[in-house]
Amino acid sequence: MAKFEKANSVGEWLDQRLNLTTFNKVMMTEYWIPKDINFLWAMGVLLATTFGILIISGIFLMMYYKPDIGLAFDSVNYTIMQEVAFGWLFRHMHGVAASVVFLIIYIHMFTGIYYGSYKQGREMIWISGMLLFMTFSAAGFSGYMLPWGQMSYWAAMVITNLFGGVPVIGDALVVWIRGDFNVADATLTRFFMLHVFLLPITIMGIIGLHFYTLRVPHVNNQNSEEFDFDEEAEKYLAGNKRESKVIPFWPVFISKDLAVLGIFLIFYFYLVFFHYDFAMDPVNFDPANNMVTPAHIYPEWYFLWSYEVLRGFFFDIAGVKAFDVGLIAFAFANVIFLLLPWLDRDPAILPAHKRPIFFIWFWILMADLIVLTVYGKLPPTGTNAWVGFFAAVAFILLFLVLPIVTKIDAKKRGAL
Amino acid sequence: MSNKTNRRDFLGYSFAAVAAVGGAASLVGMKQAWDPLPSVLSGGFTTVDLAPIKAGTPETFVWRGKPVFVLKKSAEMDKSERDLIIGEDRFIVAIGLCTHLGCIPAWKDSMWKCACHGGEYNSSAKQTFGPPPRPLDVPPFKVDGTKLVLGETGPEYNAISAFVATQA
Ligand code: FES
Repeated sequence: MAKFEKANSVGEWLDQRLNLTTFNKVMMTEYWIPKDINFLWAMGVLLATTFGILIISGIFLMMYYKPDIGLAFDSVNYTIMQEVAFGWLFRHMHGVAASVVFLIIYIHMFTGIYYGSYKQGREMIWISGMLLFMTFSAAGFSGYMLPWGQMSYWAAMVITNLFGGVPVIGDALVVWIRGDFNVADATLTRFFMLHVFLLPITIMGIIGLHFYTLRVPHVNNQNSEEFDFDEEAEKYLAGNKRESKVIPFWPVFISKDLAVLGIFLIFYFYLVFFHYDFAMDPVNFDPANNMVTPAHIYPEWYFLWSYEVLRGFFFDIAGVKAFDVGLIAFAFANVIFLLLPWLDRDPAILPAHKRPIFFIWFWILMADLIVLTVYGKLPPTGTNAWVGFFAAVAFILLFLVLPIVTKIDAKKRGAL
Repeated sequence: MSNKTNRRDFLGYSFAAVAAVGGAASLVGMKQAWDPLPSVLSGGFTTVDLAPIKAGTPETFVWRGKPVFVLKKSAEMDKSERDLIIGEDRFIVAIGLCTHLGCIPAWKDSMWKCACHGGEYNSSAKQTFGPPPRPLDVPPFKVDGTKLVLGETGPEYNAISAFVATQA
């Protein structure tokens, strides 16, 4: 065991045992961040904060929520909303944060794509980030089910039915996931467990991994400039702050993050107090009824694009059932982002505006995702169905041409 | 190689064997914990009396928490090998969940229309339009006089489900 001297203060006592000074340096004051980054890089801190809000508001909701199909609806809509002091506030904070967290995740993700932050050396950052997106999606969906309203029920119905598309074991798998022949009490209780325990703890683990993946390759910057972080850090520590390309995370960089966070929180609480209903579907204020489907069902806004890819294929293609084509396209949409680091064949890391064709590709992708999102909410009939079909096809094509697009850019620059 | 290394290897392999058996057993246990409970499985029977059903408009019954459509065909409706013939009457018995993603289609004029993604089924429960990949499923049933016992299987069910399987 190490030798311990008599400590002169509580800080010193702790420092001897936990080495807080070094920890603080590594994590905060000597964790180096490039100077050349804009407000889009603050999304990580925004996400961490929003996740914190979700956990805390969730704990308060959990104290009154009842995961039982006979009680769930009233425990939310009566007990929490009417009786519990500030219950309405916790519910709206939770509901709005669940929606806004996806907005920030998408901004975070597309910032990464725009600046090439998923490339060479940063693949693990990207992969752990996409895993977070997937677990957040699962958490969002399982939480949406808990109030046991009509939309909850039928969302659960549709999503669990999707597993029926798995070859051979599909039907048995659906019954197994639900724990009943139908979406029923067993389903609600197990989704409650997933939502309040297994998924949050998984998310926390992956957040830890995501932060760690940043440590070795370091964070990207606006010009995707590569430099030696150790050298720049030395300059900074020697007092050459102006010349150094880096600043310490704490307290210099975080101040900018916190300013962005301040603006975000004003926006967030504006939504919580004045527009909480955007995260609440009116159909979900009807109690679940397994004998009546709402006329038109659709997921929350953040799933609309992949939902539209799923249902965009509404006719059989080359003898393959429309249902299967849709499922395959849906599976494609959900894993393809994960493969981005390998689909991009450009050897250099550059922001999109320095890669002319990729720049166009990027904005077409944005436009396509917006079209998919808008049409995902509209009833899939007549021209809507066709717009959905072409947008879904465009989405798939975009990813198929990405290796070619990035190669052409690299060739033109003379890099290949 | 020294004796020591061999002993370490042996310890490692024994642990791996114990862990593998324990791990496999836990997986089986965890899988079964998620299976439907015995009470859910045993509650799976519903009896439907066909006598009072009027021709031309389907009725919906609940079986295992799912809607089951029973349509007594009127004279002008197409005959199909799927029909359950009892005396003079022809019936269509089908699970009322769209085979696309599980919404409940509604009876309009002379077909079931699914509001979710526009799927359509004719009066013989065969898909005629939209994304549904196959006809409405047949619930297992047994005929008992003019009664239908949902959840058991009889010869009529076997014949009809064999026919439906060719229709996908
Ligand atoms: S669920 Fe009926 S058409 Fe999709």
